[in-house]
Amino acid sequence: MGPLPLFPQEASSFAPDVDHLLYYLLAVAVFFTVGIFLTIFYFAIRYRRRSDKELPRFVHTGMTLEIVWSVIPFGLAMVMFTWGASIFFNEGRPPADAIPIYVVGKQWMWKLQHIEGQREIDELHIPVGRPVRLTMTSEDVIHSFYVPAFRTKEDVVPGRYSTTWFTPTKPGKYHLFCAEYCGTNHSRMIGWIYVMQPQDYQNWLNGGSASGSMADSGQKLFQSLACGNCHHPDGRGRCPSLVGLYGSDVLLSNGATVKADDSYIRESILQPDAQIVAGYQPIMPTFQGLVTEEGVVQLIEYVKSLGKPGPPVTATPQQVTAPHR
Amino acid sequence: MIRIELLTPNGHLFSSDTYNKLFTMHGVVMIFFFLIPSIPAVLGNFFLPLMIGARDLAFPRINLLSWYLLVIGGLFAIFAMLAGGVDTGWTFYTPYSTTYSNTWVIATALGIFVAGFSSILTGLNFIVTIHRMRAPGMTWFRMPLFVWAHYATSLIQVLGTPVLAVTLVLIFCERVFHIGIFDPALGGDPVLFQHLFWFYSHPAVYIMILPAMGVISELISVYSRKPIFGYSFVAFSSVAIAVLGFLVWGHHLFVSTQSFFAGMVFSFLSYFVAIPSAIKVFNWTATLYKGSISFETPMLYAFGFIGLFTIGGLTGLFLACLGIDVHVTDTYFVVAHFHYIMVGGAIMGYLGGLHYWWPKMTGRMYPEGWAKLSALVIFLGFNLTFFPQFILGYLGMPRRYHTYPSEFQVLHVLSTAGASVLAVGYIIPVIYFIWSLRYGAVASSNPWGATGLEWRTPSPPPVQNFEKIPVVTHDAYDYSTTIGEVIEVG
Repeated sequence: MGPLPLFPQEASSFAPDVDHLLYYLLAVAVFFTVGIFLTIFYFAIRYRRRSDKELPRFVHTGMTLEIVWSVIPFGLAMVMFTWGASIFFNEGRPPADAIPIYVVGKQWMWKLQHIEGQREIDELHIPVGRPVRLTMTSEDVIHSFYVPAFRTKEDVVPGRYSTTWFTPTKPGKYHLFCAEYCGTNHSRMIGWIYVMQPQDYQNWLNGGSASGSMADSGQKLFQSLACGNCHHPDGRGRCPSLVGLYGSDVLLSNGATVKADDSYIRESILQPDAQIVAGYQPIMPTFQGLVTEEGVVQLIEYVKSLGKPGPPVTATPQQVTAPHR
Repeated sequence: MIRIELLTPNGHLFSSDTYNKLFTMHGVVMIFFFLIPSIPAVLGNFFLPLMIGARDLAFPRINLLSWYLLVIGGLFAIFAMLAGGVDTGWTFYTPYSTTYSNTWVIATALGIFVAGFSSILTGLNFIVTIHRMRAPGMTWFRMPLFVWAHYATSLIQVLGTPVLAVTLVLIFCERVFHIGIFDPALGGDPVLFQHLFWFYSHPAVYIMILPAMGVISELISVYSRKPIFGYSFVAFSSVAIAVLGFLVWGHHLFVSTQSFFAGMVFSFLSYFVAIPSAIKVFNWTATLYKGSISFETPMLYAFGFIGLFTIGGLTGLFLACLGIDVHVTDTYFVVAHFHYIMVGGAIMGYLGGLHYWWPKMTGRMYPEGWAKLSALVIFLGFNLTFFPQFILGYLGMPRRYHTYPSEFQVLHVLSTAGASVLAVGYIIPVIYFIWSLRYGAVASSNPWGATGLEWRTPSPPPVQNFEKIPVVTHDAYDYSTTIGEVIEVG
């Protein structure tokens, strides 16, 4: 048998925040537990039955007492709520300069891609001191990406992207667990996060056998799936141009506007009929089954590489013939 | 069995599939076929009519139907177990349960579906009985708190269980007919299932714990010979828990891609449920003040309940806290928390109630010495089993893991050792209860000097409960009526 650890490592910028909140909660919990235990022990001994004929006098319910012991715990609980919500708020807002990593979970492995093109399975190499943002989806059932030393966890759900982020603060090797039960080898869907010095990370990135960046792979996929037959870069194809699409506001045929983010592009590839760009026909076939989740994120990176948002994507006049729906 | 397997990190006894089936059956059987029906079906059916001075429940035949349904549901579950088991966890998360699992999901779900109707009918029966069948003079605020707790429980059973039934039907539709509801590959939404499931299953936690709280109110009062301090607060806190319990399901979904604002709202509302629970604990403690406290076995269980429920409840505050929950959800911290509530709370309450009413049900006393010993063994074994799991959880040990990294082993070994002690603690009562049926001392009609109407009829009660329906003239817990010659104290 190994050692007896009692407290997990603190290896991300969130970890100290979460642990400080834990100390507050522990203090409240210990105070009430000990208080109640001691009171019960004291009463049990002080007022033990001495004769079988005893009848205690009636003690009136004290309204003040009832209010006091409702309001004080409520106040303490509201501190917990606010403090916890503020940490949660930060956990939901990755900084803009975070290193993007794409994660695909499947029974029973983690597949990770760096935009530089490095691909890993059940291992993730990241530099210390820089925020990392994960964009995650699953090929099959729900998984959950959990790094105890970072105090972060987010479910990885098929059919959508979830994101989480963290800033590692200490170089080292940390457990990655799947925390949502996913079948036979759930407990073997584990891996390691390697937090490296920036220089080591650069060496690692350069040293691998990556076949071009994710955007390059995306471009190859774009060509092999013949997406360019319709999506002409000049906007004259039967489908909207993808240049400058990423991050822009897209006007839809139903009059709504949607932000062209990862989820939007993913949905447009797999369920093209769900949201039709204004002025275009719903002619695009679904690529469900033709492209893997890893391929989809490569395509997204390729679309991203086509430039930052320009003017809103709308139809060119000659294409507005028969608006769909 | 589960605990023995977890003695070693790699799991030598059986395969991962077997382990997954075992913890699923453990969850399904314990929750749907033990914890939910235990107190209402055993103690509630027997004592609820007695306590309000009724001859039986309002609908005895529906009550029998409810029993048959539970048995049929149980048979489905046993069939599923024998046929090969089910490996989805008791939570049946989609799309694993609808598309990926190759086990007996439908048979198990059908069992729970049928048992659910048993639960609904029992709830309905209790509500009607409490409204319509109280003895003359038994006003709402003279009812024992056990009855109040069952009233609140029944509300949840009637309002919540149908949602579970519908959810299980939807699972059936998707699994058998491939109608896309939850599986995104079929155009469904996997997280929708979690919303529907927890809309029932969080309130279901209160179906398990509220009746136990009702038992504890009875025990604390009888063994301190005091009316419950803040009677109306304790009564209404049961109803408050039942109502608020329906508004907090989303706290199971903080990391399930639910929106930030939904997370905030559910965290906020979860703290509201904590308050009525705290009110109960404080009032029970205050009841002891200037009482005349004796330490028969049921009272030991009541003390055990308060201790374990307090720890279970306070760790619930950790889980309701967004920042902490992200780290500890789906870990052993959660496992420890709900076992403190379910086993430390509901089962301690059930055993306390069983000892307390055993003389009334059987006409025989249980052996006090053995009973005290087993109460102590259970309390110690329980803490040794589950306390290390809080530490394991904060360290990051995920739940439902057949194998685990070796640094967690020491705490797992402690937990397994505790489980063996706990098992011994549970076996002792089984033996002496059976023994007492034949050899126990004959019980008088009111061995504890209690005030409830159930103690005004012989032990065991006649078929019609009372020779003559009693007329109630006092509040619940007025001990001046039961103790003849008195010495006033306090």
